[in-house]
This record gives sequence, structure tokens and C-alpha cells, in this order.
Amino acid sequence: MAKILKKKTIADKITWYELDAPRIARKRKPGQFVIVRPCEGGERIPLTIADADPEKGSITLVVQEVGKTTAYMGRELEEGGDMLDVVGPLGTATHIPDTPGRILAIAGGLGIAPLYPILKGFKEKGHEVTVILGARSKDLFIMRDMTATLVDKLLICTDDGSEGYHGLVTEVEKQLLESGEKFDEIIAIGPAIMMKFCVETARPFGVPITVSLNTIMIDGTGMCGGCRVQYGGGDKFVCVDGPEFDGYQVNFDRMMQRQAAYVGQEKKAYHDYLCRLEAKAQQIEATEREEAVS
Amino acid sequence: MSEIKKETLTEEQLRERIEHRDEYSNKDKLKMAKVWWREQKPEDRVKNTDEVPFRLSELEAQAEAVRCMDCIKKNCVAGCPVAIDVPAMLRLVGEGDFRGAVRKMKETNVLPAITGRVCPQETQCQAVCLMSKAHKSTDEAVSIGKVEAFLADWERENGVEIPECAPPTGKQVAVIGGGPAGLTCAADLARLGHGVTILEAFHKLGGVLVYGIPEFRLPKKIVEAEIGILGEMGVKFEPNVVVGQTVTIDELLEEEGYDAVFVATGAGLPWFMDLPGEDLNNVYSANEYLTRANLMNAYKYGTEADTPIADSKRLAVIGGGNVAMDSARTAIRLGVPEVWLIYRRTEAEMPARLEEIHHAKEEGVKLHLLTSPVEYTGNDNGFVKSMKLQRMELGEPDASGRRRPVPIEGAIEEFDVDTVVVSIGNGANPLIPRTTPGLDTNQRKGTIVVDFERFMTSRPAVFAGGDIVVGASTVIMAMGHGRTAAASIHQYLQDGEWAGNGQAN
Repeated sequence: MAKILKKKTIADKITWYELDAPRIARKRKPGQFVIVRPCEGGERIPLTIADADPEKGSITLVVQEVGKTTAYMGRELEEGGDMLDVVGPLGTATHIPDTPGRILAIAGGLGIAPLYPILKGFKEKGHEVTVILGARSKDLFIMRDMTATLVDKLLICTDDGSEGYHGLVTEVEKQLLESGEKFDEIIAIGPAIMMKFCVETARPFGVPITVSLNTIMIDGTGMCGGCRVQYGGGDKFVCVDGPEFDGYQVNFDRMMQRQAAYVGQEKKAYHDYLCRLEAKAQQIEATEREEAVS
Repeated sequence: MSEIKKETLTEEQLRERIEHRDEYSNKDKLKMAKVWWREQKPEDRVKNTDEVPFRLSELEAQAEAVRCMDCIKKNCVAGCPVAIDVPAMLRLVGEGDFRGAVRKMKETNVLPAITGRVCPQETQCQAVCLMSKAHKSTDEAVSIGKVEAFLADWERENGVEIPECAPPTGKQVAVIGGGPAGLTCAADLARLGHGVTILEAFHKLGGVLVYGIPEFRLPKKIVEAEIGILGEMGVKFEPNVVVGQTVTIDELLEEEGYDAVFVATGAGLPWFMDLPGEDLNNVYSANEYLTRANLMNAYKYGTEADTPIADSKRLAVIGGGNVAMDSARTAIRLGVPEVWLIYRRTEAEMPARLEEIHHAKEEGVKLHLLTSPVEYTGNDNGFVKSMKLQRMELGEPDASGRRRPVPIEGAIEEFDVDTVVVSIGNGANPLIPRTTPGLDTNQRKGTIVVDFERFMTSRPAVFAGGDIVVGASTVIMAMGHGRTAAASIHQYLQDGEWAGNGQAN
């Protein structure tokens, strides 16, 4: 059980949680994640640790509502209440070389949340960090100011052109690489499709690229194998071998198919949940109206 | 299973046998009919998750116990990994002194409600029972397991006696893993007066008892009740702690004040066959399939549980062990219309308990023998749609004594499926060895090296037992390890002498 120290909405359907989890806060390293189960009967879902305060004993999670579990968290869990189960830190930590180099980090949408602690780690060791931050529209950026103050160069792009470069993160990536800028490593975190194309963009330039995968998991300790991805010649377990991998070796098409393994059931559960919530809200409203009348 | 006549005795017959229990000679007892338990009908039980066998009634348990010849050899005691004094226990049951029998049983077995259900008695205590020998059939053995389960259930309903614990010694032990080995070790250490904390990776304690063994073989409320007793004995539980990640063994010993550690993390690494297409959607490890169904209650998806599981029409389980049977029978209860067991040898070589194979077949699981998958193919969305099976024939016996399956060249067949559950075994989970410097492991199997007398590892103050030291085995074997390790840890905590050198196993 972990107390919810802070909960706030930071963008449409995106919630910021600070949880009381001293052991995890003390232990976690950039790149690692936790698995949470919000309620009895709830699902176990993996979430990357966006930040941690070892002194306060807290960890930060940034969660987008994409289905029933995340909707329940955003709509029904309250500040001061509890997250039923939190386990971690899981997975291996980001490899951050001791010798400072030049890093290009690319984040799409919510990807900045898992990327943030990694950027912090690279800056602590003196690396020069350029970040490409992409979103559909300028109102959807999260953690932007904290990123801007942390890194050496921040490039913004939006799908609708409402701010910065009008286009995709991969186009900015390509321009940078074509302009002759040299990077020791690229790190891309975001939707699988974005990571796939970041890898394809980097490939002709031969720059090493690391990606962080977010697959379906249950235990997070290598016990079930549900998170396995095709990697190089064989399969890897994202929970214990990852979540970070050499992007060139990952079969993103298969990974996206695996992410969609339960999409029909998940859509229905999400829809049913929202209907139930609405029915509940209407009932409360009706009762209130009745009371007001009498 | 051999065809045997399962007679049902009338209440009058049972009473008469119990009344005259002291008058029978061994010769009389050899002629006595076994008291068979009743079972849920296959057509009923596939629609629920209740246990298959009904519990023995008090009269049935008593009358069955009367069959024990109380022989001098007591092979059953030697055949029991935790050495329950079976004849003494049965004598008390025969007399109707259930409380006394429970006390006798619990002298050496802390989790009888569980072992009574999941122990392979037909290869242990009941295999060596004099009745089995005399009749040349283990079916005729005294039903020690069923009586054991009866007693444990009787106690749960008539008031559990919390075992008395010795005065606190001030020593603290961390038990890593809340499965059968860890629970047993914790109970014994608590009784000896040591402070015990169980660290469990999952959100719920029980290990394989809750994520692996299905409800219809071991009701979860029984596991919860047994764990509750440990709590009343003062054992502390910390779920959601992955030792090796959340905290290391070194930190437990050096910073968190533990005097000793018992590693009982089980065989949590599923084996796959490394076949093309094995990563297709709806190809599961048995661990994943069972965890979704059991621990995460996927069969209540949409109502009480949020963890989904494949909605299958034609499912194939690969393997012939107990876990394969559990997977197939779980699929049947999830409403899968067609469930197949794909096994590379024949039914006779299946490692599963006869009772489980028998139950699976009764429930409609179909066997496809002497075949083994070599490739899976998927549809456009990446879901498995068929597999290529290699036909086999039996060759010479291998190291296990079973005849080895040999591929018949060119004999490949196509088999349509929409779900596959790979159940070919588990290895040792590497998380703890990887994060504990100086902890020796078996190079080939990845198991932690211990001596099997004291269960000491190559690291001072660190003990290990259960599947993490042997690879996948049985619940009762793990409990035996937990029990012996507890005695060894107690010894170490008293004299502080570390004799462990982790001899090769």
C-alpha cells in the first residue's frame, strides 16, 4: 500500500502522482519502472518512474488515461488515499557512460515522463544533451519547463504546427543528423510507432539508438514471459532484460501486435466503466435534484 | 487408472466398522472395502471452480482410518517428505479423536490442508502403504491424503489451535518468497521464538499455491486461512518486495538488521522451446496463463476482475505434466470449447499424476500424443492460427527411464489452434543470484547451490530451499526443505557457526 501524497491533472487525461514509497525512492535508478495495482480485482500495470525524492521517500508517476485501469486511477483515486499495490523498482537501469558525450533524446507525448530521469542521469555525469520534444498540439506538452531548465538544447515540434517545428519528431531528428551534428547516442521514448521510425531515421547514420519498451506485464520478475519481444535472433523479457534495448534489434511490428493482444476486451472494459461512472453521476444528480425540490 | 470397483458403504456399515475397530485382525483389514470419496460429476464441475472430490464425512474418515494395519515398518512415515506419524494420526482418527489427530499431524506438517490436496500421495506415503503392497495396487492404499485434508478442514471449522511459540530469541530472519518452502520455514522459525518476516514479490502471499495451482484443486480461501495462522503466530508479511530489486540480500543482512536469510523464490523462469512464431499473440507460458486465471481472477473479467485472458475456441497445451493438466482444466472451466494436450510421448510416459490425467480426460480434454510443435504461424494481426507438429515414435529409454521420443522423418502435420499454452517446465529465476555477489549457482541449471543437510549456501547467513535449489519439483518437497532449513537456521542462530560451503549439487 502506498499513500498518494500528491495528485494533479497536468494535461487532458494526464495525471501526476506522488506516492509514498521510501524503499523504491531510495533504490530506483533512471530507466526503471514500477508495477501498480490500484484496487482489489485490479490489473497490474507497469509505469516508468518519472522522478523520485529519496529524502522524502516519494516517487513520481505520470499516467495517461488509456483504458479502465488508468481511468479508475485518474477518476477515483484521491490525494491522501492509497494506491493498493506498488512494487519496484523493476527492470535494469539506463546505461549512462562515465565519460561525457553528446546525447540526442527524443520524446513523443507522454514519453517525456520516462525520459526525464534519464536526462537527469546524463546531466549529472556531465553529458551534453539535446532534446526533441513532440506532441500533437502545444497544449499537450507536459513537464516542458522542467525539461528546458535541465538540458542544453530543447527543440519543440507539434503535429498541428501550433508551436515550434510543424511536423514529426523524426523529421527534426533527420535534419539534425543530416546537418552533420555528431551524437554518441540517441535515446527515443514514446509510442512504439514513433520509436520504430526514430530507429529507421537513425539507421543510415549508424548512431547507436536506445529505446524503452512498454509491453503488457503481470509479475515484472521474469516469471510469466508475457512481456517478451522479438529481439535480434531470439526473444527477450522486457521486465528483466529491459525495459531499455538497442533499437536496431527490436521487432517493433511484432511488439505493437503484442501490445494490442487484448484490445477488444480492453475497449469494452473501458467503455463499460465510463458508462457505469456516468450512470452513477446521473443518479447522484437526480437525487440531489429531488432533495432540492422537497 | 486401473478399473476398480468403487463401492459406497452405507452409514450402517461405516458405523459398524468403527464400533468394532479394535476387533479386526490384519487379515480382516485386508478384506475391508476402501471408503471411496465422492466426486463432482464431470459435466457439473466444468461449469464451476469448486473442488472435484467432496470431503470425507466424519464417519467416512473414521472408517477409512480403521483400515490402517498399524504395521511395524511404518513405510508411510519414511515415504512422507515431512515424516508425519501417519499410523498414530490414523489411530486417533479411527477413535474419533479428531483434535488429537490434528495435533499429531501438525507436529510435523504445518500446512496439512494444502498437502492433503496437492501431495502426490500415490508416489509417496500411499505407494509404500502395506495395503498397496498386499493388493499390488496403490489404489488400495489407505487414503492418507484424503484423511489429512479432512482433518485440516475439520480443524478450520472447529477452531484452529494457534501453535505455541517459544519466548522471543531476539533474532530476526528474512524469508524471501511466500510459497510452500517459505511458509513452512517461517512457521517453524516462529515456533522456535525467532522474529520472521516474509518478503513476497507478488501482492499476495502463497507463491505457486495462489498463482499456479487452480482453485478447483486448492481453494484459495484455504491458503488464506493457513497464511492467517502464520500471522497469528507473529510472522510479518511484506508483499510487493522483489528481493534483488527493491532490496538486496546484503542490505537485509547489513542494514535492515536480519540475522539470517532463507531464499525460497521458486522456479520462476518459464521455459519456451525457441520455435519460430513462439512470440505470437495468444502463445502463453503456463505460468502466464495460470497467473492470469488464478491470481488475477481472469475468469471474472468484466465483472470483478480487470485482467483479461484469451477468448479461445481451440486451445492446445504443450506438455504432459501436472502444470499442463492444470492449464488444460483451467481452459475448460474458462469455457474453451476445444482443449487439446499435445505431448511428445504417450499417455503412459506422462509425468502428471494419474488422477489429474484421469480428471482432465473426464472433463473433455483431448490428447494428441506422440507429437511436438516445431513452428507456429499467425494471422495478419499476429495471433497464432496454427502450428506444425512433428510426429514422433518411441525409441530407447532415456536417463529418466521413459522411452525417448524420436522424430519420424518428414512426418509433419498442420494443427489449427487459436491459443497455445507452453507447459514444458520452469527453470530457476536468476534475479537473486544476479544481485547477490558470492552466491554460487549451478552453471547449467541456474539453481542456488546448497548442501542438502543444512541448506546452507556459499554465503554466510544465507540459506536456500525449494525449487530455487532443485528446479521445478513438488509442494511437499519444498515444504520438506523449508522444515529442514528452519532447524538448520535455528542451529546457526544459536551457535553462530557457519559450516556452509555450498557443496555442488
